[in-house]
Amino acid sequence: MLYREAGQFRTSYEADQQIFPIRQDRIAFALLMAVAVVGVPLFASDYWLTAILIPFLVFALASLGLNILTGYAGQLSLGTAAFMAVGAFAAYNFQLRVPGIPILVSFLLGGASAALVGVAFGLPSLRIKGFYLAVATLAAQFFVPWLLVKVGWFSNYSASGVITAQKIEILGFVFDSPVRRYLLVLAIVALLALAAKNLVRSRIGRAWMAVRDMDVAAEVIGIRIMRTKLIAFAVSSFYCGVAGALYAFAYLGSVEPDAFNLDLSFRILFMVIIGGVGSILGSFLGAAFITLLPILLEVLLHGGAGLLGLNLSPGTPSMMQLVVFGGLIIFFLIVEPHGLARLWQIAKEKLRLWPFPY
Amino acid sequence: MQFFLEVLIGGLLAGVMYSLVALGFVLIYKASGVFNFAQGAMVFFAALTFVGLQEKFGLPFGVTLALSLAAMVVLGVLTERIVLRPLVNQPQITLFMATIGLTFFIEGLAQLIWGTEVRRLDLGIQDEPIEALMERFNILVSRFDVAAALVAGVLVAVLAVFFNKTRIGRALRAVADDHQAAMAVGIPLKQIWAIVWSVAGFVALVAGLLWGARNGVQFALTFVALKALPVLILGGFESILGAIVGGLIIGASEKLAEVYLGPMIGGGIEGWFAYIMALLFLLVRPEGLFGEKHIDRV
Amino acid sequence: MSEPASHEHNPGRRIGGTLLSVDNISLAFGGVKALTDISFDVLEHEIRAIIGPNGAGKSSMLNCINGVYTPQQGRIRFDGQEFQRMDPHKAASMGIARTFQNIALFKGMSVLDNIMTGRMLKMRTNLFLQALYVGPNRREELEHRRHVEHIIDFLQIESVRKTPVGRLPYGVQKRVELGRALAAEPRLLLLDEPMAGMNIEEKQDMCRFVLDVNDEFGTTIVLIEHDMGVVMDISDRVVVLDYGKKIGDGTPGEVRANKAVIDAYLGVAH
Repeated sequence: MLYREAGQFRTSYEADQQIFPIRQDRIAFALLMAVAVVGVPLFASDYWLTAILIPFLVFALASLGLNILTGYAGQLSLGTAAFMAVGAFAAYNFQLRVPGIPILVSFLLGGASAALVGVAFGLPSLRIKGFYLAVATLAAQFFVPWLLVKVGWFSNYSASGVITAQKIEILGFVFDSPVRRYLLVLAIVALLALAAKNLVRSRIGRAWMAVRDMDVAAEVIGIRIMRTKLIAFAVSSFYCGVAGALYAFAYLGSVEPDAFNLDLSFRILFMVIIGGVGSILGSFLGAAFITLLPILLEVLLHGGAGLLGLNLSPGTPSMMQLVVFGGLIIFFLIVEPHGLARLWQIAKEKLRLWPFPY
Repeated sequence: MQFFLEVLIGGLLAGVMYSLVALGFVLIYKASGVFNFAQGAMVFFAALTFVGLQEKFGLPFGVTLALSLAAMVVLGVLTERIVLRPLVNQPQITLFMATIGLTFFIEGLAQLIWGTEVRRLDLGIQDEPIEALMERFNILVSRFDVAAALVAGVLVAVLAVFFNKTRIGRALRAVADDHQAAMAVGIPLKQIWAIVWSVAGFVALVAGLLWGARNGVQFALTFVALKALPVLILGGFESILGAIVGGLIIGASEKLAEVYLGPMIGGGIEGWFAYIMALLFLLVRPEGLFGEKHIDRV
Repeated sequence: MSEPASHEHNPGRRIGGTLLSVDNISLAFGGVKALTDISFDVLEHEIRAIIGPNGAGKSSMLNCINGVYTPQQGRIRFDGQEFQRMDPHKAASMGIARTFQNIALFKGMSVLDNIMTGRMLKMRTNLFLQALYVGPNRREELEHRRHVEHIIDFLQIESVRKTPVGRLPYGVQKRVELGRALAAEPRLLLLDEPMAGMNIEEKQDMCRFVLDVNDEFGTTIVLIEHDMGVVMDISDRVVVLDYGKKIGDGTPGEVRANKAVIDAYLGVAH
């Protein structure tokens, strides 16, 4: 009853093309933004900010990137973490070697560098599809971290390739406290999410989905397959690169190439699958789910073990995590391949009728 | 020259190990069109189960082997029934992603049951140089590697005969080609799939035992299994011969690259060389050396 | 549908000069000869049917015209230009659009989005403007949306415009596919069995759409069809293929009386 759309007629195509055509959605989103921008900084603890919210936003950005490539354009990639690594290390190097460069420009250039690498490893997609392409992206996943360690220049000749991100200072304002870092990351992610939403509802988004659904037909309409795929790799890798830069600068502080490993790539792929392929909202839902799940599991495990008087070996929580993640992936693929985003849509449809059953 | 031969032979024999893992992939792909990313995890599970059973119950080798095989069969059948059958009509990508989830599940499960410590696996064959070769040609070749190669060879021969000469093998190939047509001729699909996954489980067990004996049974085993992917790309996804040849090529070139190119670039090439090779190969001959070309009809 | 020569319902429609001509096209897949030495022409503003038993090579012929297949021999002449190699993008930019036998819609997108993809070549804004959305991109989107909505009106599919096409019934999907082809404002429209699997009413609707498109926009139409009633009624001229060879070419009346055509359809051994 609350969610009725009755009486909301969209009388122009303009009104129909809005991101939130339904008034209740607009209100809900405004509330969400108010909470995120005002409520969180006021009430959230440092732990929540640094251990949950900031990584959630960073991973959401990386999921957005992967979703663009795999969800919208249909090009399976297992090398997401490698592109994040490029972004992180490139941003670090620009910040280090170009005197006086604004840090936001470093982030942008980090993303751009990742985009270039993404296009390079995306070139095979012009001839190969599906899991063959996945194997090709694995090449990126193993090669890039190796290169970042081997070529000392990338990490300013530190041992094992560790880099310590410089502090973030914009116009004299230093972003060092958790709240400030959170707000900065929130702003960047929100802007890029808006850009992503705009892209997928414009011409390029349709071209991506056409290539994903049936590339022969897409070609017949006049879509240039090669260009469309490479743009997908470029945009996706840009997003992953910026996410990687934020990962290093705003979340961990110092990072090494090995942190951007296959495990991280899988994690982000899981976020995309569980959240919903081909959905901007899904990227956020999936990131939230995967970020919160380990914490939830820990609490459950320790609580449950305490209740039952069991002694857990130290490896158990992380093994449980593997089992639960794997099981959830399979569960979602069987039950709702379109992930949490689709479940959310279904929930909204039920909400339209509530409290009536039909 | 001797050194080159040593490295080459060492590489070839390492390649044999890759081939064993790739064999499992090929079997399942041939029979069900599913690309089982979890094959590596199954190798790990098999090895860990064997070693775990040995530790816990101290039974003779043969009994432990039989029990481990039974465990693999159960795992295979359950996988087919719970994961794959519900997804039978989904696009291949979905199935592939499901096997990625399966990988994580099996890896976690194995370690939950048996623990996370590294274990030694003793098969009774020592990793020592063969004296005869050492004396005659001054070449260092491990007895273990040769034994592994022999086992792999026998396994491949048995499988090749199985697929090409027996009735069940023919049925498997029919199912791989076209499920509907196979059903129409009366081939019992579910039984066939159970057989396929069991055979793949057996191959995983053999691979797991050999790998585990060589490198110890540990989580890193699953990464090794990932190397089977370049092997398949080189050899083609549907060819048993391709798995062997591909494995040999990858194993040899990897070792040679590491030894001869490595010092120039700083070493550690083995981590990615196989993948880059596969990548280049994909651009030239996507279906692999022995694979079949696919033509899409519009 | 049984009215004789109903394609003359609009006597004002002028049939122009040669728009498309295929000369000595031969196409083979491995050892299988799909097309052998096919030549025919298509005049501007006409409705040309290609008929023949299953496997005659009709779809392959269309695929050659718009560049999906490349024939081993022969040339295609379109709008005065000659091509040995046609590729799909070139064909699309020259104004050739088509539908497919097995519906090549983008199952993940809505009806509206599918038809909007037909406007792809007419849209110009760059990537950054698209990311911004407001401004030039929104104007362009709205302008093309208006055009697409006209097509949706024309095809009477307003009620399903936001539905993902994968969920629509077969007949409606066929209409959406026609809409997508029309969105490109093509000069030549290639229709591959647009009425396959339809019942009488749906066929009548589809015929009406095809004729209206030809009337209102002057679009030249090449159509593959099995329903002889449809073919005889709406086409100006007919080409008959059998086993990859041309066995008939002329008006519907001429072709109907052609012995070779009758033999091919009745399955007389040859």
